[in-house]
Amino acid sequence: MRYAGGVVVIWAALSSAAQADEKALQIGDAARGAEVFQVCAQCHQVGDGASHGTGPHLNGIFDRKVAQFDDFDYSQGILRARRDGMVWDLEHLEAYLTNPKTLVSGTNMEFAGLSDPKDRGDVLAYLRGFSANPQNIPEAAPTALKQDVELPPEVLAMVGDPEYGEYLSTECTTCHQLDGDYDGIPVITGWLEEDFVLAMHAYKQKIRPHPVMQMMAGRLADDEIAALAAYFGALE
Amino acid sequence: MKFNRRSFIGTGIVAAATLHAPIVLGAGKPRVVVIGGGAGGATAARYIAKDSDGAIDVTLVEPTRSYYTCFFSNLYIGGFRDLKSIVHSYGKLASEYGINVVHDWAVGIDRSARTVTLAGGAVLPYDRLILSPGIDFIDGAVPGWDVTQQNKMPHAYKAGSQTELLKAQIEAMPEGGVFAMVAPPNPFRCPPGPYERISMVAHLLTQINPTAKILVADPKEKFSKQALFEEGWQKHYAGMIERLGPDFGGGNVTVNPDAMTITIDGTEEKVDVCNVIPAQKAGRICEMAGITEGNWAPVHAHTMQSRLDENIYVLGDASNQGDMPKSGFSANSQAKVAAMAVRGALTGSKVFPAKYSNTCWSLIATDDGVKVGAAYEATDEKIASVSSFVSQTGEDAAMRQQTYEESIGWYAGITADIFG
Repeated sequence: MRYAGGVVVIWAALSSAAQADEKALQIGDAARGAEVFQVCAQCHQVGDGASHGTGPHLNGIFDRKVAQFDDFDYSQGILRARRDGMVWDLEHLEAYLTNPKTLVSGTNMEFAGLSDPKDRGDVLAYLRGFSANPQNIPEAAPTALKQDVELPPEVLAMVGDPEYGEYLSTECTTCHQLDGDYDGIPVITGWLEEDFVLAMHAYKQKIRPHPVMQMMAGRLADDEIAALAAYFGALE
Repeated sequence: MKFNRRSFIGTGIVAAATLHAPIVLGAGKPRVVVIGGGAGGATAARYIAKDSDGAIDVTLVEPTRSYYTCFFSNLYIGGFRDLKSIVHSYGKLASEYGINVVHDWAVGIDRSARTVTLAGGAVLPYDRLILSPGIDFIDGAVPGWDVTQQNKMPHAYKAGSQTELLKAQIEAMPEGGVFAMVAPPNPFRCPPGPYERISMVAHLLTQINPTAKILVADPKEKFSKQALFEEGWQKHYAGMIERLGPDFGGGNVTVNPDAMTITIDGTEEKVDVCNVIPAQKAGRICEMAGITEGNWAPVHAHTMQSRLDENIYVLGDASNQGDMPKSGFSANSQAKVAAMAVRGALTGSKVFPAKYSNTCWSLIATDDGVKVGAAYEATDEKIASVSSFVSQTGEDAAMRQQTYEESIGWYAGITADIFG
């Protein structure tokens, strides 16, 4: 078990060398993460001799492109993320653990997510002990965990104006069909509003990959994203 | 964002309500006439009819009963789509949206009487007129060529029979023959279009006539997605395509359709197929309406209203609006802004700030799709680009395939958005 003992101390030391203006914080407590991981362990194995179960094994997950195992039957959603070039770096793992379906629409991972940031950090710290490439986390200091994935509660609580959403939606319907046909472009009707809001902010923050969506979401204000969520959420 | 968007919207609504007093109902429904049933006109007609719930009388004037989309017509040439898959009818616009679809040519516009005269003699009164006629060709742009020669040297830049003709000519080329293209100067419809076409012609020839050559005479230094196309041509069609830019006389071209020759910078060459894409201007009805300046119809960026007549809106290729390319996606985007502005003016409905966007997908070879796009906002001067992206050279095959598959989804989406 490589997560043991001094590793956390070393990470903490390295983090002090991180850019001063970045609020680096310790990725988490790996020992506690091993306990939190028990809920994941129902589907995922990690460590010596780990193999695929309901979900793929998680050895070496850090810095790996998503869906890289030929011998695992992935969902269409995760395969799409692979084609989009998504990589399991710290940011994406963090987002996925927060709510899998927000990051990857159509994933088979039937897991509501870990709402407590501490749980996520701890699990990630634990998993990182089984990855060979921890140094490839973008923030340089390997313990740095940027906190920009989460949305302020007032943004999440914003009530969208569906009429405004209907107007804004005309930009979406050039590609996304309202009748819910999947034709190479994902279906966006009937989502839970919160999932929709989180997904759009993930594009806006360039966490979810896809240049068209990053551009479209990038110029939407918080109330506009809320309006779109309200409008599309009400469509079947 | 320096201003508060919510309050800005509020201001817009007040302005819409006070500056443009809605036309009073009672003297009959307000009437909108739309000329041109493509990506701009059909979208505008559909959105006005749909969102006004019958409060506005919408007439769409379009000469053809079957509309062939220019977008994806190159894929037909390449063998990736059949012709049936790019043809659309106006049945749903009439039956589901109550639009009065008139298959006729508009031949005159009386701006003071606010009427449109059709070739068949009918006179259509309007409260607001939307012009979305697409392009026409500038006379004499390519010496030796005019539309009477289009069967010998097709333009195939208005999709349909011309596209079929061009493909048939390519298929009939002798072994090792030469396909020539005369590319247009800026600005023109679909900036990547000629180069996607070259890719698709090369794809077809690689299979049926692999020793054939492609010669492009181009008056432009640069073109859309150039690095991506050139990378793709090198990768898929090495040695087949030769492009002569302005430094090599690509802007100094004459053609002789009877002799099937093309003369580039004084050097005459015999060719087997010659695709002439001439310089372009707004569809002629804009000139007839007297709303053009130079070759195009200038519009206000906030509404797509003509700068020369506030009762007329001009969409798509025919308009001079600023930074947006002339594309079906752009026309569709502009149509929704104009539809909202027209409804606001005629019925007092809410008017939100204009937002525009565009993405152009191009296919280079099988499963090798690329895209370029941008988002735009309205300023007092023009529609201005605010952000953009383009596919990168060296992308892996999986991403290119995904981009192509995405374009297929886009085609289904936008044609449903245009034709219902």
